[in-house]
Order: sequence, then C-alpha cells, then structure tokens
Amino acid sequence: MITVKHLEKSFNGHVVLHDISITFETGKTNLIIGRSGSGKTVLLKSIVGLHEIDSGEIWFEDTLFNKLDFKEKKKIRKEMGMLFQGSALFDSLTVEQNVRFPIDMFTDQTLEEKNERVNFCLQRVNITNANNLYPSELSGGMKKRVAIARAISLQPKYLFCDEPNSGLDPPNAILIDALIKEITEEYMITTIVNTHDINSVIEIGTNIVFINEGKKCWEGNKDEILHSDNEELNDFIFANALAKQLKKHVGK
Amino acid sequence: MAMIKFLTQFGRYFLLLRKVFSRPEKPYVYYKQTMHELLYLGFYSIGITAIISFFMGAVITLQTAYNTENPIYPTYLIGLGCRDSIILEFSSTITALILAGKVGSSIASEIGTMRVTEQIDALEIMGVNSASYLILPKIIATLFFFPILTLLSICVGILGGWAAGTSAGVITSANFIYGIQYAFIPYYIVYSLTKMFVFAFIITSISSFQGYYVEGGSLEVGRASTKAVVFSSVMILLFNVILTQLLLS
Repeated sequence: MITVKHLEKSFNGHVVLHDISITFETGKTNLIIGRSGSGKTVLLKSIVGLHEIDSGEIWFEDTLFNKLDFKEKKKIRKEMGMLFQGSALFDSLTVEQNVRFPIDMFTDQTLEEKNERVNFCLQRVNITNANNLYPSELSGGMKKRVAIARAISLQPKYLFCDEPNSGLDPPNAILIDALIKEITEEYMITTIVNTHDINSVIEIGTNIVFINEGKKCWEGNKDEILHSDNEELNDFIFANALAKQLKKHVGK
Repeated sequence: MAMIKFLTQFGRYFLLLRKVFSRPEKPYVYYKQTMHELLYLGFYSIGITAIISFFMGAVITLQTAYNTENPIYPTYLIGLGCRDSIILEFSSTITALILAGKVGSSIASEIGTMRVTEQIDALEIMGVNSASYLILPKIIATLFFFPILTLLSICVGILGGWAAGTSAGVITSANFIYGIQYAFIPYYIVYSLTKMFVFAFIITSISSFQGYYVEGGSLEVGRASTKAVVFSSVMILLFNVILTQLLLS
C-alpha cells in the first residue's frame, strides 16, 4: 500500500500540486485521472521520488519514503517497476537485454536463470520471437509490452504506469490495460496508473482519483464515476458526444 | 546574474562528478559497459585521428621546409621541426579538439536523448545510479584510449611528414629520419600524453554534463551537443596553456 499525505509540489514558485492525500491499495489498479497539465505526471514522479516534494509524506507500507537517503531509497526502488509514457526502453539494447537489465544489475543469478526469467516475462506480455530486436524495430504496442516485461522482471511490489496507452490504437490500448490489471491482481502489486483515457477508466479503474488543477477533486471507483455529480469530473469524463449520450443513458 | 548562473553550473558539474565517482553497483556490468565505450569512443576514433594526423604532419613538413629554405640550416632540421611540433602540440591539442567535436557531441547527444526520452528516469527508478552507470565507463574508456590515440597520431603524423617531404623533394628520406632522431627528448612524449589525459577528462565530463542536464526536446539536445563541443574546446585551450606552463617551465 502507498499512502500520500498532504503532498505539495511547486516549480519556481508555481504550485503544481496542492494538499494531495490519497491511499493506493495493494492488488488494485489505482487510477489517477485528469486533464493534460493537471499535475498527474508530477504527482506520479513525486511518488516515485523523481521529483523532490515541497512538503507532505509519501509512505510505502510503513516506510516514510520521502525522508529516506539515496541508499535507503534504492532498496525500495528495487521493488518498483515503472512504465513510462514513451516506454523508455534503452535504445542500444535488444528486447532481451532490456528485460534482463534489472536482473543483471541487482541479482547474482546464473545466465540460465536470467534467460529463463526474461523469457517468462516476455511470454507473460505475449512477446515472442522478438528477443533480438532493437526498440526501433518494434511497434508502439510492442514497446509498451516490452516495457511492462522489464518492469515486472524483478517481481516488483509497486508498478507505476504513466499514460500506458497513449499513442496506441483502441484494441492495443485495451490489451495493455488488461495486461496491467491481470499482472496487478496476479502478483498482488500496488499499481498506480496515470491516464486521461476514458476507456481505461471504464475497463480497469478499481480505485480512481480525479486531479484538477493540482488538487484532488474526486475519488471513487468505475461504477461510481458514471453517477457522480461532480461538475468538473463530469466535464472531463463526458467531454465528447458519445460520452454525453452515455451519460444520458446512465441518467435514465 | 550571469555570475550566479555560472557558479550554479559549476557547482552542478562537481555534484555530478561526485555522483559519477561513487561506488559502482555491479562492477561486472560497468566493465562490460567500459569495453563497449572503448570500442565506440576510442577504437572508432582511430580513422579520423589517423587521417587528420597524416595530413597535419605533411603540412607541417612542407611549411617548415618552405620557411627554412636557407643553406645555413641543415635539411634534417625539417624532420626535427616536424617531430617536435607534432609531439609537443599537434598530436595532443589538435587531436583533442577534433575529438571534442566527434566524441563530445556524440556523448552529449546520446545522454541528452536518454534524458528527454526518460531512459535516465527509468534507470533511477530501478535504483541504478544513472550518472555513474552512463558517465564513468565513458571517462575510463577515454582516459585509457585517448593517450593511445595520441601515440598513434604522433606516429602517423611523422609518417605523413616523411611522405610529403620526400615526395615533394624538399628533404631526403635519410635526412628526415636523421632529423626525427636528432636531439630527441623522451619527456616530450610524457608531456604530450599527460596533456591528452587531462583533455580526455575535460571532453568526456563536460559533454556528459551538458547531456545529463538537458531539459526539453530534440532542439535542446542539439543545443547541448553544440555547447559540449564549444565548452570542451575552450577548456582544452585554457588547460593547454596551464599544463604547458606547469610541465615545461
């Protein structure tokens, strides 16, 4: 479980996150939703420690993460996996080397054990016969799946996904969403997903937090979100014509 | 304001170096990475170093010959002049300036691209010291290989001088060979290698610094690459003066 308490973050005097308090539960796909520029990515990067926060607390289970020094943070970071918006695969490494990288770096496994783990992770995300390809030779969806394989290679306790299906066509986006949900439940991971994709909200949102202009505006699940009377949330969720029709239908 | 900015950058540079020289997580992974950098930053620079050194040696010989056309001067002095110019200045400083362009821009753009595509963030999330993992192998590789390139440059430069001098008919082969052996001071080689050792560190650390702190997109990566070459070149010229005074005075 990850708990954020009264988190504040600003850049050059401009407040980006204001008094954010959220609990992200284990074994659930926790979604942070909001418009572009609402502070979702800053929040996610603050939680993982890529941004120093101004004030507040970030707890990983019983450990106050933001007060740890570099070495202590490193221990928790080894339990994290992250899927970045642009996949962030290492260009100079093949698919296999990318997935093996964390294992090489932090374990003393034999080559056989490493290969076994790499192949297991790649099979888990349905990537076959691509071990020797470079990221530039992969499609967007494949890159995301390889990035997920790399993120789970060390069996993380926490999985962070920054807009995992941005730039993907709807079927591929649903595939990635489903994969994240399956992995979360299968390995009892605490997963936090940043998204502004409404399909993701409907598909995998077991615990949803809506951020607007750096403030937490709403919290609930995918069933509650359709019936919410929060005006800002409704403006965001039911922004297009199809969604407005859905809202009318739900209202009836 | 400019002074504050300069001091801030100066401080960030040394903070980065502190991160770079911290204990490696997995020495074997760093060893592999260093071998990779030796190939890309060192071995693949042999061609350009050899070509430039050959023509540099040729021009030095011809210019020395045309400027010392006097019966008082023995012709073997052309060989001596060529040798000393190459060893003392050209093989270290000029080669370093060329490598600042080739290797420096490559390092800055590689690390800069990794920064803007969040690959460095990915390393940090995994718990890897990204500065050390990306920069330390590059520094070790260039500190080791650039002095080798200097030795190569000296040899090829002198060969170029011999080829140009004898084919243009300004000096005989025997006189040139006598000239390059005459009054040879071995310390000049040490001086040249020491300079290149320092230049290698300047090129790699400054270029890595420029790439590591890129903010923005591809445009900023390009700018960082240009800054890396400019700052490295200026620092090479500055340290050339300092080292010459320290080592030859």
